[in-house]
Amino acid sequence: MNLKIGLFGNPNTGKSSLFNVLTGLNQHVGNFPGVTVDKKYGYITTGEQTLTIIDFPGLYSIYPNSGDERVVYDVLIKANLSDFPDIACVVLDSSNLSRNLLLLTQLYDLKIPIVAVLNMWDLVEKRGISLNVSHLEKLFPGVTFIQTNARVGLGKDRILEALEKTIETSNYSPVIDSFELAKIEDKKSQENELKLRYGWINEKLPHFLKSKPVVEEGTKKIDKILTHPIFGYLIFLSILFTVFQFIFSFAVIPMDFIDLKFSQLSEWVGNTMQSGLFSDLVSQGIIPGIGGVVVFIPQIALLFFFLSILEETGYLARMVFLMDRLMRPFGLNGKSVVPLMSSVACAIPGVMATRKIADWKERLITILVAPLMSCSARIPVFTLLISLTIPNEDVAGIFNLQGIVLMGLYLLGIVSALLVAIVLNKLIKIKSSGYLLLELPSYKSPRWKNVIINVWEKVKIFSLDAGKVILAISIILWALATFGPGDTMETEAKKREELLASSKLSEDEKEQQIASVKLEHSYIGIMGKGLEPVIAPLGYDWKIGISLITSFAAREVFVGSLATIYAVHDESEENDRLIDRLKKEQKPDGTPVYTLATGMSLMVFYVFAMQCMATLAVVKRETNSWKWPIIQIVFMGILAYTASFLTFICLS
Amino acid sequence: MITLANLQIGTKAAVTQVLPSPLSQKMAEMGIIEGAEVSVLFKAPFGGPIAIELNGSLLSLRRKEAAYVKISML
Repeated sequence: MNLKIGLFGNPNTGKSSLFNVLTGLNQHVGNFPGVTVDKKYGYITTGEQTLTIIDFPGLYSIYPNSGDERVVYDVLIKANLSDFPDIACVVLDSSNLSRNLLLLTQLYDLKIPIVAVLNMWDLVEKRGISLNVSHLEKLFPGVTFIQTNARVGLGKDRILEALEKTIETSNYSPVIDSFELAKIEDKKSQENELKLRYGWINEKLPHFLKSKPVVEEGTKKIDKILTHPIFGYLIFLSILFTVFQFIFSFAVIPMDFIDLKFSQLSEWVGNTMQSGLFSDLVSQGIIPGIGGVVVFIPQIALLFFFLSILEETGYLARMVFLMDRLMRPFGLNGKSVVPLMSSVACAIPGVMATRKIADWKERLITILVAPLMSCSARIPVFTLLISLTIPNEDVAGIFNLQGIVLMGLYLLGIVSALLVAIVLNKLIKIKSSGYLLLELPSYKSPRWKNVIINVWEKVKIFSLDAGKVILAISIILWALATFGPGDTMETEAKKREELLASSKLSEDEKEQQIASVKLEHSYIGIMGKGLEPVIAPLGYDWKIGISLITSFAAREVFVGSLATIYAVHDESEENDRLIDRLKKEQKPDGTPVYTLATGMSLMVFYVFAMQCMATLAVVKRETNSWKWPIIQIVFMGILAYTASFLTFICLS
Repeated sequence: MITLANLQIGTKAAVTQVLPSPLSQKMAEMGIIEGAEVSVLFKAPFGGPIAIELNGSLLSLRRKEAAYVKISML
């Protein structure tokens, strides 16, 4: 027999710890039908039974205030849905029962068989709270109460045992007779019902709980420092600094390694497989495409490692508390800070992290501006262009000019994200009921198992989501670069070959020249040339045009494309040979192409332009329509074009 | 009128009325209802959110939101 167990509970009750304890690593993430809320489920086999555990989003009552919470209401209002649980396993924070019982009474009144887990029982014992469980059982006939401490994995067997025994009870005493859920838009009835339930709970509470619940002293003490008007912000900044230090400095080591291995693999495949179209597709399309996804995994994993720790400890909520006031003038919420922070690594997890924002308008604005934060795919582009066009000299004796420019580009990203948010807040006519009302959980040490599982999940979502888009685009771009109209590619290549026959160039150099000629006459080369009149006012030629197009797979492809176009095979980390070559590049009139003006204009273009198809795909998924990704690509494109144009004009 | 928004840090008060607002349902859900005992533990600077203790848990809300909650001192 297959039983469906729904796992319910308030946020911060250790629900996900319990889920991890129950299912181990045998868990999967899917979607609830029609919405983009992660549905986590796992299987347990006990004797003849298979239990499917569905982890529902944390919530305080069945009535939703955000998209995440809506899922639970939708499942419970239609008893015939496939996710409707046979048994509800309700996780309660034993040290804070009055609010936790609210959800229990609702589920109980819906006549769903219940196993109630009194979690964090260790706190009850530690604080000497006198909680009479048998009295609780009398209040809810039919419900089995189990004391656990999921953090150390205590109580798993007893829960499984109870789940097997639990059947619908006939001896049932509801809080509200013949209860039916209020309509989703009828907030007034919902409010009245919740008040009624609290009235009931507060009346019964003294019978089984002798001491009044209080916020733990330790948490109060830590909050004196962490939410201090001065130290609080200093600590926040140092945490931010540490996280980014890891993401940018230390993640480079595995990233370089991945880069190297993938280019070796591609070369190996190119050399070993029988040469031909298929071998080219694999070595130049598919392998670099996959490599372009895998290379970001270290940063994403590190980012979510830190974010999970911050969330597990309870600090994340304080971050929201501290930042809320500063984000409000921009039409954003304290909860926008994490998505925007994440976007500095990659906008994809950033956009995914906006689900925590309950208000649709605030969430939408956060999603729309997140890609303006400078993501790590822009770094290779910036570093190349900076070393190419910005002199490596000191300013005022201590600052390096190249460093200042890089920092300036990051700041430009942040400032424009905030300014665009202000404008969008004015333009988007969605009614906002933006509120904060947020629980600040008590501080705990992180559960490493939860952290690791969370990181694993996020990496998986990123690899699959971004992966399929980046891979598809890589293959399309490969095809556009490999084929050309008629046989012009071949004839032009032949011409060059004959021309080179008598030259003293090495075989390698000749091959690179031919590859460059082929690219020039491929479909993508033609597109680049077609683009030239449009991008000429920004200071770009058709070769840059080609690289702008290929950047749609991922921005960092820009560097590789330039290398192919300029027929430079560059193995070195610093792109020395490519930079040397680019410095020599001249316009027909003999002036250099890569001047300060063109370089800056290009960098500014990369700050603003929405050149990431993978992010667009995720935005489409999260907003459930093509409308917003299209708006995003248009407004960011206009910004990019205008800003680059102005930059070019001012500097030339 | 005294509301939760102008309650001093460390003073205890009881909620007398929650004025109707788009978040009154959410407030009820979190336990901000008539008769509930509250105290302010700390406040964010520049008119930012406040943190209150209620039923043994720590909640934060914006001052604008707290202004919907009428209280009387205990």
